[in-house]
Amino acid sequence: MDQQTTSHPVTQNRTDIERKSDRELVVRRVFDAPPGTVFKAWSQPDLFKRWWMPRSATGVSLVGCDMDVRTGGKYRLEFGAGGADTMAFYGKYLDVVPDERIVWTNDEAEEGAVTTVTFEEQGGKTLLTFHELYPSSEALEEAMTGSAAGLPEQLDQLDELLSATA
Amino acid sequence: MVQYLSPSLDRSFAALSDATRRGIIDHLGRADASITILADKFEMTLTGMKKHVAVLEQAGLITTEKVGRVRTCRLGQGGLAAEAEWIEAHRKLFEARFDALDHVIARMKQEKENGSADH
Repeated sequence: MDQQTTSHPVTQNRTDIERKSDRELVVRRVFDAPPGTVFKAWSQPDLFKRWWMPRSATGVSLVGCDMDVRTGGKYRLEFGAGGADTMAFYGKYLDVVPDERIVWTNDEAEEGAVTTVTFEEQGGKTLLTFHELYPSSEALEEAMTGSAAGLPEQLDQLDELLSATA
Repeated sequence: MVQYLSPSLDRSFAALSDATRRGIIDHLGRADASITILADKFEMTLTGMKKHVAVLEQAGLITTEKVGRVRTCRLGQGGLAAEAEWIEAHRKLFEARFDALDHVIARMKQEKENGSADH
């Protein structure tokens, strides 16, 4: 009864986001390259840095990017707007299968999600699925009403702060 | 349509599964609007827009108030609106992120085709 628009609900190269259950968030997108290429763009810091935090959209950029993308390896991402203050995200890789999947923890939050990204071959293209699993429905709600909901504002504030002190 | 038996979270996310309704939330995030204005903006009939607005209102994502003949819609207060904003913020971030990844991948393919690139 609500399908009154003529636009296509899901098209290729569009980002599809879905709250799959009370503990999960799923983001999907198809990329026009085989899984090996997409995995490489995700696992090599010099490439990863170029897209993970697009400055044009977020106003900040990755200033620190240490990634040891293998099972048991660690990562630490720091972003900011060029000043001395940065925000850090860190954790470890629980499972890494080259060209197939990367699983990591998000340890900056007390009840952080476990993130799984998979790369599936689809006729020469890659279906990328980004999946966040929170330890409990409360943790997801906490993320929504707490820090994550304020992320855009935090970024704005950080940007303001840094441009003011620059 | 609306799942009355599910917790409020399920209702709000079901309400946000539709692109038009996400657009309405996005629009109301910038300014309150009447149903007529929303119908106009999203190029649909008043009846169609009323249905979308009803789904969003039942999910607690927006509130409406009728003054005279005009029904004004605005973002709901509290947790449910925060959820709407949260998922919308995530969607925007990932869209920007994956658009950038698209560019990186296109560049990688190009460099591969060129063998050794100048850059």
